Amino acid sequence: MSVGENKIAVTVSDITKITPLVTQFRFVRTDGEALPTFSGGAHTVVEMIDGAETRLNPYSLMSDPMDQTAYMISVRRDDQGRGGSLFMHQKVAVGDEMMISLPVNLFALDLRASKHLMIAGGIGITPFLSQIHELNAIAGTFELHYASQSAELAAFADDLMRRYSGKVHVYFDDLGQKIDLAALLEGQPLGTHVYVCGPKGMIDWVRKTAHDLGWPREAIHYEEFLAPQSGKPFEVTLAASNKVIQVGEHQSLLEAMEAADVDAPYLCRGGACGQCETNVIESDGEIIHRDHWLEDDDKKSGKKIMPCVSRFVGKTLVLDR
Amino acid sequence: MTLQFNDETFRDDYTFTNSQRAIDRFPFPFHEDSYMYSVNMEQHQGGPKGSVYENRFDVDEHYISEMKDRAQVLAEDPLRCQSLPHMNLAGWDLLELIMVSKSEDYPDLFELHRDGNNWHWINRPLGIEDKFVFLDNASLPYGPMEYITRQTQGDFAVLDQRDENLWLDAGMITTQADWSLDFDIGMNFFEWHAPVPKANEMGIFIRALKFLLNVQQGTPARRLNWTMTVNPLLDTSPENYHKWGVQKTGLTPQNVGSKQFLRVELQTFFRLPRSNGLVFPIRCYLIALEDIVTVPKWGRRLHRVLRDIPDELATYKGFIDNKPMIVDYLSKFDDGQPTSAGIWPEKDSEPELVV
Amino acid sequence: MSRFKFPPSIRSRPVYETLAARDGKSHLIIAEAEGAEAVFDLAKNAENLMAHAHIIYIQGRSGDVYAERLASLGARQFYMGPSYSAALPRLRRVLSDAKMGLQAYLTGTEGMMGQAMLELTSAGIPHTAIQCEHRGSTARRMQCVHCKGITEDVTTDPFVCSHCGLNLFVRDHYSRRLAAFQGVCVDAEDPGNVPDQVEIYQ
Repeated sequence: MSVGENKIAVTVSDITKITPLVTQFRFVRTDGEALPTFSGGAHTVVEMIDGAETRLNPYSLMSDPMDQTAYMISVRRDDQGRGGSLFMHQKVAVGDEMMISLPVNLFALDLRASKHLMIAGGIGITPFLSQIHELNAIAGTFELHYASQSAELAAFADDLMRRYSGKVHVYFDDLGQKIDLAALLEGQPLGTHVYVCGPKGMIDWVRKTAHDLGWPREAIHYEEFLAPQSGKPFEVTLAASNKVIQVGEHQSLLEAMEAADVDAPYLCRGGACGQCETNVIESDGEIIHRDHWLEDDDKKSGKKIMPCVSRFVGKTLVLDR
Repeated sequence: MTLQFNDETFRDDYTFTNSQRAIDRFPFPFHEDSYMYSVNMEQHQGGPKGSVYENRFDVDEHYISEMKDRAQVLAEDPLRCQSLPHMNLAGWDLLELIMVSKSEDYPDLFELHRDGNNWHWINRPLGIEDKFVFLDNASLPYGPMEYITRQTQGDFAVLDQRDENLWLDAGMITTQADWSLDFDIGMNFFEWHAPVPKANEMGIFIRALKFLLNVQQGTPARRLNWTMTVNPLLDTSPENYHKWGVQKTGLTPQNVGSKQFLRVELQTFFRLPRSNGLVFPIRCYLIALEDIVTVPKWGRRLHRVLRDIPDELATYKGFIDNKPMIVDYLSKFDDGQPTSAGIWPEKDSEPELVV
Repeated sequence: MSRFKFPPSIRSRPVYETLAARDGKSHLIIAEAEGAEAVFDLAKNAENLMAHAHIIYIQGRSGDVYAERLASLGARQFYMGPSYSAALPRLRRVLSDAKMGLQAYLTGTEGMMGQAMLELTSAGIPHTAIQCEHRGSTARRMQCVHCKGITEDVTTDPFVCSHCGLNLFVRDHYSRRLAAFQGVCVDAEDPGNVPDQVEIYQ
């Protein structure tokens, strides 16, 4: 079962430039019905049909989960990426019809927490926006610490400061401002949960600092979706479906399988959820593991691959798909 | 057709009966002539017209009487319905899921009118009409989970999802197959199922959990489970076991056909979108052996399944002492002819019983 | 002092480990009776821990046998009290302004550890982050599934519920929320036919 089977036809109803790099998209249901509800931190997978290529990228839902009239996502332009964000920025227009998946949440709030401490870096702010809406609806306690390169690039910062003054703290790299993480974590009352979303370095920093300060694993939450990276094209044999497929330079292995009508389950498409884990039957070459799902032993063994983000260099790769 | 609701009891004088329609649509749980404990999940996306799978929440002729029995259980023991504080949002999720489903699937019985957060709910069979504010607990006579599950057949286990596990943090459990919500609330998926024999060795709960963690919006799932109960007793709770346990010894070769019931649970699994929780509605269907054997295929098969079941499972399901009597009774309805695959009765194509 | 080795059991039954120092700026140690021995072992293997530790010691059946040695461990705070219920208000006060990162160590009987764990989890520490080392009596804290009353210090199976008087058999099924094992009527299907009592673990 994959969420890809549960799609919603939507129409782009509004496009707003938030910062020089970040653009916000508003989707309404094409059939005029109400959109499904969701929980704070959920994402949707957006299908981008770009000529002959189809990309599926996950984006956090940032709108109010109570609002069933529209979903909102924000896309940060990545000029070095495989083209998904550029497609959204350059080719999508108001009135376009697109397919998106039903919401899935891999970054949910732990509603037992007496306090939710949120740490965001850059575009990692988006899942917190829906979580804050949710906490407001149920009178939850939160505090947000948001780091951005500069005031100009700090998407939604002004709005957050205005609406939740006292609960929102913003830090700008270009002014040399930095979260005093150890002090912040040390002072938190028992029952606090910490959530982090941002660049890998920031996630690792928060996880390690919290761990070293004796925070329990269950109280540390993070979400990091890796974007699939481009790489040299390679050939893969899919044993179960008896097919040989080519993975293009800007295509992920998962996308190449889907293009060949081979179904692989997925939820996140970013190396995090574990759904697309695939057994390697034969490999003559090197698997470039890019996920953070497989254990190190699994990666070394060469017996498993996560097709959503990982690639291959070498002569032969045979998968059990 | 309009449903005719039975006026019947599930205790004391036990006037419970199944109509011909209820027998025909009974969810017989054995798809072959033997039984192995398994996860046996499938998608819950409707089913044959008139079957118990057709709608998201099946409403049948026992509805009103089952709800009366539930109210009685709760009056005697309110601990059968509990919700840990962080599960309130999941309770509203469940209320929404059931009200929307029932009003769409049974528009002649249930109506839901929504104007923003101002909701208006009409339950005709139970004569309930309430206007309330969605997410405002003060606007309902009970908490949201209790309110809606007092109006919906089946037990409800409401689970929180966190730390790669599911936590039984709320529930309405009045028709349980011998487990205590009051004791089990707060447990994770493995702890809650710990008393199932050989559960860990079999690894099935690991697979089941993996499946359930990924039940998403739009893809509910279902499975059947079963046990045996003497008398059509819904409340086979451990709480009252010291009162009802003795009924198990009241079976005789003369009354086994009418007093021994096959108890089938239709377990469904839905993602709760606002809370990211899951709900397991566990719907109980009861049928007397003498009604099962009116379907030749089911009579033959039930005999073979129970005859060959390992003692350990018969013990766990609580009928080991009565097993010889049950098998002896059923043997009269098994002429050794083959049965077709699958659970459906196939009255037209199965051979007549030759005795 | 010899330690009891619990036989393997079902997934809901707690398992106990040996206390080991963990990273953290603050440590809370709750020990009961012979649990003092586990605290000595912990202190031996973790030099700096006691300077940041608060020890709550419940004498239980050991009286003041361990009092002097415990007091000399150099804990930042040391309290000794006669019973768990006597120590409970203090424990709650400590937890009311505790910070994340507090490390919790429990040692003593299953009943005491279970009840203390309930306080700690209610305050926001996940149960998996709380270390427990069993010492002393193997008596169990049992909930009667019928009347809901708790019978303390159960050492035989079956036993008589101290509230409703039913004869209950001892299950390994354990509830953290109740800090108790489950007791179920043993003669429900054949009233009066109660098996002979045996010591648990025999």
